[in-house]
Amino acid sequence: MTTVIAADHLTIRFGSFTAVNDVSFAIGKGEVFGFLGPNGSGKTTIIKALCGLLVPTQGTGEILGMDIRRDPLEIKRHVGYMSQKFGLYEDLTVAENIDFYAGVYGIKGSRAEQRKEEVLTLTGIEHYMKRRAGQLSGGWKQRLALACAIIHSPEVVFLDEPTAGIDPVARRALWDLIFRLSGQGVTFFVTTHYMDEAERCGRVGYIYLSKLVALGTVAELQRLPEANPAGTRRIQIDTPNPSSMLDSVRGLRGVREATIFGRSIHALVDAAEVSSLQARLAGATVRTIEPSLEDVFVTLTYRIMENSQ
Amino acid sequence: MKQLFQGLVPVCRKEFIHIVRDPGTLFFALLIPMLQLFLFGFAVDTNVRQIPTVVYDESQTQESRQLLESFANSDVFQLRNYAQTREQMYDAVRSGKARVGIRIPYDYARRLQQGSTATVLVLVDGSDSTVAGQAVSTSTGVTLRESLVRALPGGNMPIEVRPSVLYNPATRSANFFVPGLVAILLQVMTILLIALSLVRERERGTLEQLTMTPVAPLGLMVGKMIPYGVLAFGELCAILIVMRVVFLVPIHGSVIVLLAMSLPFLLTVLGLGLLISSKARTQAEAFQLSMGTILPSVFLSGYIFLIDNMPPLFQAISRIIPTTYYIRILRGIILRGAGIGDLWSQAAVLTLMGCAAILLAARQFVRQKMV
Repeated sequence: MTTVIAADHLTIRFGSFTAVNDVSFAIGKGEVFGFLGPNGSGKTTIIKALCGLLVPTQGTGEILGMDIRRDPLEIKRHVGYMSQKFGLYEDLTVAENIDFYAGVYGIKGSRAEQRKEEVLTLTGIEHYMKRRAGQLSGGWKQRLALACAIIHSPEVVFLDEPTAGIDPVARRALWDLIFRLSGQGVTFFVTTHYMDEAERCGRVGYIYLSKLVALGTVAELQRLPEANPAGTRRIQIDTPNPSSMLDSVRGLRGVREATIFGRSIHALVDAAEVSSLQARLAGATVRTIEPSLEDVFVTLTYRIMENSQ
Repeated sequence: MKQLFQGLVPVCRKEFIHIVRDPGTLFFALLIPMLQLFLFGFAVDTNVRQIPTVVYDESQTQESRQLLESFANSDVFQLRNYAQTREQMYDAVRSGKARVGIRIPYDYARRLQQGSTATVLVLVDGSDSTVAGQAVSTSTGVTLRESLVRALPGGNMPIEVRPSVLYNPATRSANFFVPGLVAILLQVMTILLIALSLVRERERGTLEQLTMTPVAPLGLMVGKMIPYGVLAFGELCAILIVMRVVFLVPIHGSVIVLLAMSLPFLLTVLGLGLLISSKARTQAEAFQLSMGTILPSVFLSGYIFLIDNMPPLFQAISRIIPTTYYIRILRGIILRGAGIGDLWSQAAVLTLMGCAAILLAARQFVRQKMV
């Protein structure tokens, strides 16, 4: 596997504040890498550093073998970027937005025509060419933004919370697009808050308080020892009325965490207490389950919070 | 070289589309300076005429009436109130009904006939310095002339001053103020338009997107300056036409030279606008900063007050205000018919200032990307 995006002990400080603390990872060609973490944990800062907009305080990174300290301009030519703000000009039409970004990337003549053709077919936005970008729905804005971000056929695309505030149908359409492009060898680095999106990704990184605390495939993360403390089990408690039962479950002996999941309660409990819990919770069925990705991240976060106190 | 200005053409084209798509903004941007030109052009008149004057004539003689007539004939005083007592006269000045009081004592005629000195009291309200100055000098002149006529046999003046005012023979205020106003209006409009355009991109997140592209800071800056420069140049032409046709201010020099020498000023104000937008985070901030440039350029540029009369500190400040140089260019060409030879140094200073502002703004822009 050729490494396309690499961070090597990347550290970025703003004055006394450490935004990114000793982060290392490597992402291969055609991979869809999901990057999660609370707001302000350093996700966008890492993207900016990898795009060459920010000089790291320590460590370095590489995009397509180019050093982010030495070749920021060349990196920009090979990298696409789309943020949740989309960066579209709302008073310009769809066609004008695409033309503008093509021009900004220095794409001219027949190559420009060919690329426009390609992104239009890919995103399916050709019916709206004369419409102002501001009049598009959220989903179409997002597709237009993606069309603009990939007009220069980048090998690497950074998507910073691309689906924030977008309806589920548009979200799925975007992910289909992402996988189609990744099949063609484009590497994606996607930040998100949605667990279902993270679970679609080949590999996932979780950043908390500027540190990369977990990295691996979803299955690997679910088996992480930190997420499954020794002597504990994850259980699902099926009950007709989970919300009224939540507080009493939390108060039970042996229960470490509990949260509502649809019509059931997910809890992290001491392994020794599992059988007795069934007896203590009349009218509910208890079974052991695998931790979800959210369970993993929440447990990791709690452990770090406890350790730092 | 090409890399230095990467993105200039698409940015420029896009900016023209923004301007055309937003006719409301365009309309007000062009109309408001025009309205202000009319407003200030008609309102500003520093020539003092017809000062309301109260008269307390204790003498009530042919001689006193003759003197009052001389005052009235000067066109500076308008004798509209006649007080019966000294207090009435003071009251009229204090209450603002009159700005000048003239008191002719009861023994005025007698003293004149006796050949001794007759005194006349001229009471001047000093709250408006221009009016007061004019009142004092004119009343001195009027009485001096009266004295001479009486002292000299035959009434022939030994010396007569024949002032000949060059370049603005009628000393019309409009000729002096409107060319300066052109500079102020052009400056406000241009700085505001370009500053808002860049800050708007920052607010909407498109600037962030642009920083991820290979657009060069100078490509972005110059790409924005061209459309707004064209707009400002069009407005300049319109303002000059109104100045010539409505305010009848003749342009003594070459119009071509005037337009050509306006370009360095446009460069400077566009650069200033960019500099402001590189500091401002929001449109409101950009608006306030732009408005902040108005007062210094009105009061310290020589537009209203003579720079030579300012304390050294303010003279130094006036030298770093671009408007100072452009007002010299405007007045030089419009009023005195000056040419490139007389004014090239002013244009050179403006060009330097403009380039410095643009480079500073570009540098600021590069730095901000780092955060």
